[in-house]
Amino acid sequence: MEQKNTKVHVANLKKSFGKLEVLKDISMDITEGEVVVLLGPSGSGKSTFLRCLNQLEVATDGTIIVDGFNVTDKHVDINKVRENIGMVFQHFNLFPHMSVIENIMLAPVELKKMTKDEAREKGMQLLRRVGMEAKADVYPPQLSGGQKQRVAIARALAMNPDIMLFDEPTSALDPEMVGEVLEVMKELARGGMTMVVVTHEIGFAREVANRIVFMDGGYIVEQGTPEEVLKNPKEARTIDFLNKVL
Amino acid sequence: MGAILNTYFSMLLKSLGNTMLLTLLALIFALVIGLIFALMNVGKNRVFNLIGTIYVDAVRGVPLIVLAYFIYFGIPQGMKSLGFTDFRLTALQAGVAALAMNCGAYMAEIIRAGIESVDKGQMEAARSLGLPYGTSMRRVVLPQAIRTMIPSIINQFIITLKDTSILSAIGFPELTNTGKTVASNTMALIQTWAVIALFYLVVITLLSKLAKYMERRIKRGTEEY
Repeated sequence: MEQKNTKVHVANLKKSFGKLEVLKDISMDITEGEVVVLLGPSGSGKSTFLRCLNQLEVATDGTIIVDGFNVTDKHVDINKVRENIGMVFQHFNLFPHMSVIENIMLAPVELKKMTKDEAREKGMQLLRRVGMEAKADVYPPQLSGGQKQRVAIARALAMNPDIMLFDEPTSALDPEMVGEVLEVMKELARGGMTMVVVTHEIGFAREVANRIVFMDGGYIVEQGTPEEVLKNPKEARTIDFLNKVL
Repeated sequence: MGAILNTYFSMLLKSLGNTMLLTLLALIFALVIGLIFALMNVGKNRVFNLIGTIYVDAVRGVPLIVLAYFIYFGIPQGMKSLGFTDFRLTALQAGVAALAMNCGAYMAEIIRAGIESVDKGQMEAARSLGLPYGTSMRRVVLPQAIRTMIPSIINQFIITLKDTSILSAIGFPELTNTGKTVASNTMALIQTWAVIALFYLVVITLLSKLAKYMERRIKRGTEEY
């Protein structure tokens, strides 16, 4: 069998905000093409963990290696590494003063990865992929939540990242819009994208995840395939959590 | 009043022009100064934060007229004692410097507040795409911040315009200083100062109306968001 590469290597990651230690000792490897879903109660450190991977939160201690780059090393050019890590946020964070297509073109053009024409073409291609090509020239405030999030996914894909981070991508959506966003994410997963997803959508986790990681109190409590974690959880805290959400 | 307007109208108009020149030059430099110190204050660098805070607090804590005297009378003497005997400072240069420093401190606060009014998710989204801090600030944060800043900037423009009258104290022939000349020539004090007040009033009212109009337009613009 073909040996898959390790995309993300996290060792003994700790993160504190002042005196509050949010991540206590996290170690995890993620291989190429793997879809990892992080579950856990709020305040368990899932989002912080995700944000440490691209250093939107600077780790207090430990090592994070993404694509072979040690992002916790201050000498590593974090901007270069971030080009390969797309991120999708709970509140979309589209740039309201730019049209949909300009949102997508910004990074490739500013970072001189593509000419304007190339970036526009690539942008339209991505918009088609998320079913938003008709809205290319619209400004984000005129879109629904689901549409915003699909555009945000397209924007995150513009730099051709090989890892995608999703921070509760459907939590701010009206229920009827959750499906369209999850559909785009499933399509990405089927295409072999390495994904780390913080979500409360157990159905998505069951269907798409290769691995579910259950976190609580800044630790990884339990992890395994959806089958193992969702059907036969071993830890009391996992069982307790699943009883509440299922 | 009519007699004063007849005799001195062109002189008053010219000095109003000087007032506007002083205001505009000061405002342009103040925007640059304000942007620099605002960026120092919003960044994470402690040394820059400190420099920014000291500048803003120091300038706001000194009356404009004292600042103007310091620059116009103090600095040339200081330069001479350092051996720069050719150093000259015109009243316009000193006036613009004093006003720009003063206005720049207030501008720094306006710009800082504007930047901080932009949701921090905007900066995070830009950075997550691999854009450097400066590019993210320039392309994503500042364009949104400017919208909220415009009414305050026009307001500051009006304050600066009124503050130029203080610079009559260093002899620059702006509107108030010309008023002094006209008053002592004609000895018609009530009429002269009423005319001077009227000149300021007209310009400032027009600017206030512009500020209100811009504010309404921006409000309408943000409702689409």
